[in-house]
Amino acid sequence: MEHYLSLFVASVFVENLALAFFLGMCTFLAVSKKVSAAFGLGIAVIVVLTISVPVNNVIYNVLLAEGALAWTGISGAENIDLSFLGLLSYIGVIAALVQILEMFLDKYVPALYNALGVFLPLITVNCAILGGVLFMVERNYNFGESVVYGLGSGVGWALAITALAGIREKLKYSDVPGSLQGLGITFITVGLMSLGFMSFSGIQL
Amino acid sequence: MADASTKSVLTAPVFKNNPIALQVLGICSALAVTTSMSVSLVMTLAVIFVTAFSNLFVSLIRHHIPSSIRIIVQMTIIASLVIVVDQVLKAFAYEMSKQLSVFVGLIITNCIVMGRAEGFAMQNGPKMSFIDGIGNGLGYGFILMTVGFFRELFGSGSVFGFTVLETVQNGGWYVPNGLLLLPPSAFFIIGLIIWVLRSFNPEQIEENEFKMKHNTEPKEAV
Repeated sequence: MEHYLSLFVASVFVENLALAFFLGMCTFLAVSKKVSAAFGLGIAVIVVLTISVPVNNVIYNVLLAEGALAWTGISGAENIDLSFLGLLSYIGVIAALVQILEMFLDKYVPALYNALGVFLPLITVNCAILGGVLFMVERNYNFGESVVYGLGSGVGWALAITALAGIREKLKYSDVPGSLQGLGITFITVGLMSLGFMSFSGIQL
Repeated sequence: MADASTKSVLTAPVFKNNPIALQVLGICSALAVTTSMSVSLVMTLAVIFVTAFSNLFVSLIRHHIPSSIRIIVQMTIIASLVIVVDQVLKAFAYEMSKQLSVFVGLIITNCIVMGRAEGFAMQNGPKMSFIDGIGNGLGYGFILMTVGFFRELFGSGSVFGFTVLETVQNGGWYVPNGLLLLPPSAFFIIGLIIWVLRSFNPEQIEENEFKMKHNTEPKEAV
């Protein structure tokens, strides 16, 4: 249990996908102008990460990893290593998942669907999702760990984008040098936030 | 298109219409790999390769792709190219591929590749698309190499692994700035690059939503 708790805290703060690994930066910078929009996207990312990381974990361990096909009983199957197909299948799984989630929410939870609306399709090309999946594969998480890691890194990303949106809402009233306006000052703000998050590094529970 | 525009297709993305600084595309996988120049160079080459060839292939089959599934087709082409790059790196430069870790895979979701395939290659012929891909890869690489240069020079006193500033640990005089090896410095450097680029190209400056009023002059208050 403590192991999972420590993994959760580490993935939210210490290894924050947005501020420590720069993942999902395109959407991070584009959708952080308003707190409400940023929060909606944050929730969508949490949902998709929590589902797609464990699902890809299963796919990797059951189909792609070296010797994973041994359960089929076909002779020679234990020598098959399909991990080079990883990238292609992860991105396919993520795209399919987002599509299914969209249809499911549309039918059964229309309130949430309307709230997430435009953000769901955006998420397919969000590097934070694929990044989370790739880190999970690289670090050899088991199924339980992958659930915790998916949830934790989603929460971390949502936290970061909401915080940045809050700062940017205030920032637009300040007098920024002309050519630094908009994108430039946003980068520097994110840099400062990232410095702040670095102070979490080394925390062990 | 004529030859005159071939050059502009190639060079415009580097300075005038830089994918990172102006279009805000593809920052995702870029920043974490800029701690040293050799890593940035490998990453740049990988992105140029993927962008150029995905543009070429998408452009070749652009009349045959039904528009409803074009995103999936583009994704598949890009993912296959990235797998090729990943396997080549693992085979011939294993150390480098360890350093780049997941960021090679993340080229798939790099918005530059996708954006150019969707925005340029779907409308233009194979040759121009190929050149456009190289141009945008170069624009990406330009920012990446600049950031990498500053981070490696001031962070560890070397360029491409060759010592330029002798660091204190090795008996030299230069005290390395550890901040530049940490992730946040990449944000600062890109912010400053954008500042410089936009100072030279004032038309790129974003409009401020709110205009500051000047402070009340003393004589007006009386």
